[in-house]
Amino acid sequence: MAQLSDLEFLRLSKGRKFLYKLGRFFAGIPKAIANVFIKLWTLIKSGILAIGREAKDIVTTFINGDWKTKVSYLIMGFGCLARGQILRGLLFLLFEVVFIGYMILSGGYWLSMMPSLGKVGPTEEYNEIYDLYVTKYNDNSFQILLYSVLTIFFIIAFIYTWRVNIRQNKIAEKILATGKKLKSSKEDLHSMVDESFHKTLLALPLTGILIFTVLPIIFMVLVAFTNYDGAHDGYISNLFHWVGLDNFNTMFSWKSASGTQSYAATFGEILAWTLMWAFFATFTNYFLGMFVAMAINKKGIKGKKVFRTILVMTIAIPQFISLLYVSKMFAKDGILNGTLMSLGWIDKALPFWEDATWARVTVIIINIWIGIPYLMLIATGILMNIPADLYESARIDGANPWQQYTRITLPYMLFITGPYLLTSFTGNMNNFNVIFLLTGGAPTNPAASSAAGSVGYTDLLITWLFKITTGADSKYYLASVVGILVFVVVALISLIVYNVLPSIKNEEDFQ
Amino acid sequence: MSETTMKRHMGLKASRTLGNTLIYILLIVISIIWLVPFFCIVLQSFRVESTWQVGYVIPKVWGIDNYRNLFSTDFPRWYINTFITAVCTALLQTIIVLCMSYTLSRFRFKMRKPLMRFMLILGMFPGMLAMIILYRVLKDLGLTQANATPGLILVYVASSGMGYYVSKGFFDTIPKSLDEAARIDGATRFQILKKIILPLSKPIVIYTILTAFMGPWGDFVFARYISFGASAGMNVAVGLYNWLTPDQINNNYTMFCAGGVLVAIPVTLLFLFLQKYYVEGVTGGAVKG
Repeated sequence: MAQLSDLEFLRLSKGRKFLYKLGRFFAGIPKAIANVFIKLWTLIKSGILAIGREAKDIVTTFINGDWKTKVSYLIMGFGCLARGQILRGLLFLLFEVVFIGYMILSGGYWLSMMPSLGKVGPTEEYNEIYDLYVTKYNDNSFQILLYSVLTIFFIIAFIYTWRVNIRQNKIAEKILATGKKLKSSKEDLHSMVDESFHKTLLALPLTGILIFTVLPIIFMVLVAFTNYDGAHDGYISNLFHWVGLDNFNTMFSWKSASGTQSYAATFGEILAWTLMWAFFATFTNYFLGMFVAMAINKKGIKGKKVFRTILVMTIAIPQFISLLYVSKMFAKDGILNGTLMSLGWIDKALPFWEDATWARVTVIIINIWIGIPYLMLIATGILMNIPADLYESARIDGANPWQQYTRITLPYMLFITGPYLLTSFTGNMNNFNVIFLLTGGAPTNPAASSAAGSVGYTDLLITWLFKITTGADSKYYLASVVGILVFVVVALISLIVYNVLPSIKNEEDFQ
Repeated sequence: MSETTMKRHMGLKASRTLGNTLIYILLIVISIIWLVPFFCIVLQSFRVESTWQVGYVIPKVWGIDNYRNLFSTDFPRWYINTFITAVCTALLQTIIVLCMSYTLSRFRFKMRKPLMRFMLILGMFPGMLAMIILYRVLKDLGLTQANATPGLILVYVASSGMGYYVSKGFFDTIPKSLDEAARIDGATRFQILKKIILPLSKPIVIYTILTAFMGPWGDFVFARYISFGASAGMNVAVGLYNWLTPDQINNNYTMFCAGGVLVAIPVTLLFLFLQKYYVEGVTGGAVKG
């Protein structure tokens, strides 16, 4: 779609303007995707260049350095020790000793087993004392994979420290050449609460993230390339092995055994509902929450605090109580159906959780009930920041409330909450609690279930993933493929929105 | 004032009163809708005549049997588990989150931007994926099933550094000139944090403690996964959820209501008491994302 100049754009009618903007949005998507790849490429290129620079620097430091520096290439921290920086030198040395010890004692073993993920599975061995066969457990694929990833982490950390050690030598030589003194150990300690305070502060949180978030994610991404499942748990039942891209082929193939639906079709169905759910859950909450906030904040309304407190209180009640309870209220024999029947308004229980469409609409409506208080708070904070004179002048110009809303309130809200809308959309895609506690995915979708265990009409990708891991076969490899796909979808949506919508990128412009 | 403007004025006023009345009606209806489920759950927790789900709201026979029965189940154990988890998480998580957000807001170092981008990307992976491996790792450490509580605390706290957004938004609003003035006077970074920033950060500290405290009361998936099968290690969410499974609901439905009330009351009271800080945190920080 061709871009129009400002003048041409202003000449369009209202509907045309909207269509034009919509068209521009979609026309921007291919360019945004292309941009992503270009950026990725420049990132890789600059990464390679940086490694080259580092390598060159390592070599020149060795050539130009004195003997203390040269020894440091083998014995880390030697230069520091020789120049009197005892604390630093000892730390470097200690790290090297620990690393070498670890690699010899266990790291080497894990790495050597990584390509095969274990050679000998559990075996039956004859036990003379008890006169029967007992199972003997041998290699453990799970541990091998886990510890080899850890070992690789450790090797990377070692290379980095080695590099730092060399740079330290170079810097120390330079400082000594100018006749200045090096930092003493005491000064080093002091810098931990001063110049390098950020390192001290980040050490603990980042270690936690590394071990409890990064490591599991890398591990699970690797699992997508193995056959790890309940029947191949790597230790007790069978070892698991690398299977290459087989799992992705299964997921993307449209072929299937007779009478069952293919994985690709099932995935497509669930993805479509996930996106639909995320869209409705985000925008119904957004607009209704804003509406409630405006109603409460309207001039002349008394008891603002009471209304706000009532709504806010519902945030405090743990979701599992409210969601589980509401889910039972809507059940076939629940309070809602019971009350409606005793009032004589209906003869038969309404199929809130039994019919696919009913269930889908009901979860969206209950999600409004959950989400409005939160949105109301956010909207209140923003609405109060809109300068009152904007409305004043609009009123003088004769704008009616609707015009004030569409011309002032809405654009202002959208500009400020752009990033929030995006995170809330992706958050809703992964909104496990609401779906799992309300319906558990029900009602069952028989066609989709034939491919991959029990799948329901309200299942999101994330609840499907959970069902796969806890189901009868525990197909962890499949769950991890689904997880990777969820990541790809979320990342794509975020990238496109960030690249196409200028309002999100330049939110400061408006303020 | 001439007659016509007078009339117009009155008309405006009348339409405004009408508008406000409509809004009052709307707000009252909304309040009722939002409160009805909670009224129902309280009423049902006092129902004695039957333990299963019924189609009416007001009990026929009132009594506190359900509450009394709770104490002959594992409920007190679950409650204590959850309480310990919540208190420990609130303390440790707050320290971690504040370290992280303060650093990312105040310091400018080479890895800052890449680090933030990395964590953004990391956040796009479904956290559920990590559960399987964390379960196996905790199991090797002996921190699952009946000993799930310390395991839960460890996992909650260790991965909490990713949720730094809200408090970073808060720290961004404290003027940097304060830091600079203190630096000129010779204060170290640590002294700046202790003497200048922390006293100013009371709202965000309370907000962080409050949200960290409330999290474990509602966590369901992960807690269920690692306390799998062992009642002694469950938290309230997992334990109460099991009472609503099809084979138990007929015996335990009213007890679920009673348990829910006992869980909700302290959390809600604490929340209402500290409401101001929560609202400040949400309106200030959440939007900047």
